[in-house]
Amino acid sequence: MTQYVVLSAILFTIGCIGVLTRRNAIVVFMCIELMLNAGNLALVAFAKQHGNLDGQIAAFFVMVVAAAEVVIGLAIIMTIFRTRRSASVDDASLLKY
Amino acid sequence: MAFWILAPIMVVAALGILFVRKAVHAALLLAVVMISLAVLYAVLEAPFLFAVQIIVYTGAILMLFLFVLMLVGVDASDSIVETIKGQRLMAIVLGLVFGAVLVTAFSQISLGTAVGLEEANTGGNIEQLANILFSRYVFAFEATSALLITAAVGAMVLAHRERLTPKETQAAMAAKRMRDYAESGKHPGPLPAPGVYARHNAVDTPALLPDGTASEASVSRVLAARGVMRSAPAMADDIEELQRQSGIDGAVLPGTSGKSGAAANTEASTGEDVK
Repeated sequence: MTQYVVLSAILFTIGCIGVLTRRNAIVVFMCIELMLNAGNLALVAFAKQHGNLDGQIAAFFVMVVAAAEVVIGLAIIMTIFRTRRSASVDDASLLKY
Repeated sequence: MAFWILAPIMVVAALGILFVRKAVHAALLLAVVMISLAVLYAVLEAPFLFAVQIIVYTGAILMLFLFVLMLVGVDASDSIVETIKGQRLMAIVLGLVFGAVLVTAFSQISLGTAVGLEEANTGGNIEQLANILFSRYVFAFEATSALLITAAVGAMVLAHRERLTPKETQAAMAAKRMRDYAESGKHPGPLPAPGVYARHNAVDTPALLPDGTASEASVSRVLAARGVMRSAPAMADDIEELQRQSGIDGAVLPGTSGKSGAAANTEASTGEDVK
C-alpha cells in the first residue's frame, strides 16, 4: 500500500512545481487538477488500507469540488482573456496597483 | 501488477505536463494520468470512483479544458520572461525538496497489511457508498448541491456578455450589400467557388477568370494568409509529359487536355492544311 502513497506524493509534487513554474493559466489549472487527483489517490489507497469507505466518500467530494472549481476557474480565465487577450498569469496583475 | 505498469506511465505523463510547450499537449497528457488513475481506483476496489473518474474527470472536466483552449487559442504558449527574479529556479528547488521529504517520509513508515474492502463492500460498493453518503455525510452532500448551483450560476454570470449593439438583421445585411454595390461596385452575390479542374479539385486552387487570371476571392483568406494557395496554370505545366507517358497524343485526342493540347492540335491541323 505504501507504493500508492509514494506515487500520490510524486504526482502532488509534480503538480506543485507546475503551478509554481508554468505561466499559462490553463496549464496552471491542469496542475491543480493533478494535485487534487494525487490527493484522491491517497484517499482511496487509505480507504483500502483501513477497510472502510470513508476515504472513497472523501475522494468523491473532492471530485465534486474540483468540478465546481474548474467551472468557475475557466470562466474567470475566459473573462480575463476577453479583456486582456492573454491567458498568461503574469498579465492579470492589475489588482496589485 | 497494474500499479507497476501504470505508475511509470503516470509519472512520465505528469512530468510531460511540466515540459510541453503547448497547452493542448498538456491536456492530453493529463488525460493519460487521469485514465491511469481510474484503473488504479479499480485495482483499489473502488469501482464507483473508477466510473466517476472516467466520466467526470476525463469526460467532463478535461473536455471543458479543451473547449476553453479552443476559445482562448490553441497556440497560447508560455512566456519565458520571469517577473520575479529566480522564481522558476527557487520553485523547482523547493518543489524537489518538498517531494523528497514526502517520498522519504512515506517510504520510512510501514502501513502494515491492508485490511481490504471485502467486508466494507459486502452488498456492493455503490450500495455501501450510498449508505454512508446519505447517512453520515448527508449534510456535506446537501452543501455540495448548493456549491454546484452556485458554481453553475457563477459561470453563467461570468461568461455572460451584455449586447452593446443591436443584432444585425438579414434585411439590414441585404441593404448593406446593395449599398456597397451602388457605391463601390462590390459584387453583391456569393463569392466564386474555388477551381475545379480535371487533375485537381481542391479549395486551395483559385478559380480562373475568363481572361485566365486567378480569382483571389475564390480562395479562403486563411489559406491565402498561410501561403498555401496553388496556381492552376502551374499544374498544367507537365501536361505534355504526362500525355507522352500515358501514350495519349494531344493531336490524336483533341480536347482531352485543356489549353496546351488544343493549341498543339490547331497547329497540327494548320500544318496539314498547308501541305
